[in-house]
Amino acid sequence: MSNQSESSGGVQAAPPSSADSQFAVRAQGIWKVFGRNPERVLEPKYRDLPKKELQRRTGCVVGLRDVNLEVKAGELFVLMGLSGSGKSTMIRTLLRLVEPTSGTLHVDGKDVGAMSHKELLEFRRNLVSMVFQGYGLLPHYTVLENAAYGLRLRGDEKAEREAGAMEALKMVGLGGWENYYPASLSGGMQQRVGLARALAKNPDILLMDEPFSGLDPLIRRQMQDELVDLQEDIGKTIIFVTHDLPEALKLGDRIAIMRDGQVIQVAEPEEILSNPFDEYVRAFTRDASPARVFTASTVMEEPEMLLYRWQGPLTARTEMEHHKREWSFVVDRKRVYLGVATRDVIERLAKEKRATVEKDDLQYLEPVKPDVIIEDLFGLVSSESYPLPVTDEQGKLLGVVRPRAILNALSTEENDA
Amino acid sequence: MRDFPDWIRFPVADRVDLAMRWVLTNMGWFFDWVGDVGLRILIAVERTLLFIPWWVAVIGVGVLAWRAIGSKRSGIAMAVLLFMVGAFGYWPHAMNTLSVVIVAVAFSITLGIPLGILMAWNNSVRNVLTPILDAMQTMPSFVYLIPALMLFGLGRVPATFATVIYAIPPVIRLTNVGIREVPTAVIEASTAFGADRWNLLFDVQLPLARPSIMVGVNQTTMMALAMVVIGSMIGNRGLGMEVLLAINRVNIGQGFEAGISIVFLAIIIDRITTAFARAKRVEVVTSEDDETEATEEAQKESSKSLSDSPGLAG
Repeated sequence: MSNQSESSGGVQAAPPSSADSQFAVRAQGIWKVFGRNPERVLEPKYRDLPKKELQRRTGCVVGLRDVNLEVKAGELFVLMGLSGSGKSTMIRTLLRLVEPTSGTLHVDGKDVGAMSHKELLEFRRNLVSMVFQGYGLLPHYTVLENAAYGLRLRGDEKAEREAGAMEALKMVGLGGWENYYPASLSGGMQQRVGLARALAKNPDILLMDEPFSGLDPLIRRQMQDELVDLQEDIGKTIIFVTHDLPEALKLGDRIAIMRDGQVIQVAEPEEILSNPFDEYVRAFTRDASPARVFTASTVMEEPEMLLYRWQGPLTARTEMEHHKREWSFVVDRKRVYLGVATRDVIERLAKEKRATVEKDDLQYLEPVKPDVIIEDLFGLVSSESYPLPVTDEQGKLLGVVRPRAILNALSTEENDA
Repeated sequence: MRDFPDWIRFPVADRVDLAMRWVLTNMGWFFDWVGDVGLRILIAVERTLLFIPWWVAVIGVGVLAWRAIGSKRSGIAMAVLLFMVGAFGYWPHAMNTLSVVIVAVAFSITLGIPLGILMAWNNSVRNVLTPILDAMQTMPSFVYLIPALMLFGLGRVPATFATVIYAIPPVIRLTNVGIREVPTAVIEASTAFGADRWNLLFDVQLPLARPSIMVGVNQTTMMALAMVVIGSMIGNRGLGMEVLLAINRVNIGQGFEAGISIVFLAIIIDRITTAFARAKRVEVVTSEDDETEATEEAQKESSKSLSDSPGLAG
């Protein structure tokens, strides 16, 4: 608690540009060891052993190994790594949802490790909010009550906290949904509630643990865009955990890459791409070309129109005329992709007085999976006169990739460089 | 050589007797006092039940079942079952039995839910309680009659005591299970927002464990009803006594009437408490239209009734 003014002391060799800015989060020498008697792992004879060797000799598993991080106020800082790299453990230590085994943590100028239980509760209630991958909403509370929960724990009066929660809900685009229960909302909307709950208490720092990983790719991209906008408006410090490189590149002011509980590189997105620290980072970014980093799911869009299998040819014709289109993708009740219907086919079926459009009538355009990299899409897109359908494992149509979207993705990346 | 040797004997029975005698001589006043208070409560509940005119009770049960189960036919069926108990001539006996069940269940819940919470919070408590609960459920129920008889003498108080011991395990177990099965994501999120142990308990764990706890209450109630009948062997009157008398007189007709009355009571209680356990789950609304006034009303209704039933919390 007494270290508020320490950041100007110049103890850390901070780059000159940020020498004056206060650190929102500063973690020094953080270790987290799981197992019995975890402290002994810090002894010199053990601490430098590789993970497997250490586990064999002590039975302990190292979650975090001497992590040092400095996050500037107002920065959107991304922690990236594969699963098991310690990124989720690290973000949890900031609220002491996971107790670090050793090291010092300053969040918002306060020494989190030294807090008593009571101080810790106050700290969680007032200064820092967290958004979770699994949302963690209370199913028996309405959207409004969920958004207001943080304020209630803080002790706000009912009217006050409902006003605050309403404001936060409007901010995330959920105005009008306050009386619904989470179960009646889609995943994306539930996560908006999670975000509103986090924003309602107006925290200094927002922690986000893979908040968009459970969402459909299109919703996910939309949420990312909204987060960037939101960040522009409110200017919070955000620490964002992800395993997805495009997401990290899109959102991060700076990115820390973690592996086996260690931070191996902290840099701006451009530098991560142009100057990866080692083979591990290189593998992440592979060839830095966006054509190899971005996948179908990052460039796909909603189809302009869709026909459903049970719609007869006459309905289909009307729909097409309404949308002024010569063709359309056709899906079934579960949105499973069936093929492409052209105006000609529909006209023919209408003449034959057929009741429904069947799969055999359709032209089948081979769909692609969402994780195919853009580079592999070039050939496909150019050889077809239709956009490419993107489907998931069950064949469900997720979106379509238009040639223009690919070009846009490539050109924006190059402009940024 | 095949027989167990005579010289190896650990006479636990003597020790148990001794301990019981010690308790009786030194703490007899305490059990007298508990018995006295218990008897007053039991009589008060029974008098209340008997004070209600029979037709009010029959209609009341019908309406309650109708509202809880959600079908008019079930409501009428439950009312008819209760009516039949009266028609057999067992109305007062049924009310006596019911009063013991009500008091025993109320006591089991007030003791059982906190114990279940402790069990869920603390693994040591769970490790101690689990074998005890196992033993309580496997012990032949007649055995509980002996200490009940010694501590409280004859009558409905020892019967209630034995009933509580016999019937309390399910509500403890299912409270524990319900709380432990609350998703960790919800617990973690609430903790991150500064919820302390009591916030977690009342805002998260008990509401989410509610269906499980209600199943426990239902099971406890059914077991209590079964035990009350056995309790007639130590002087509890009511329907069980009628069954016992029928056995002594080898009167099959009377035995059938009293037995079927117990079954009817059991069905009524089971259907209504099961319905309460299942009801009140938050309704899922998927409509995105603006025409959701009706469903919103329903949601308000259900959330209101959620908050209207804090009986579990206390």
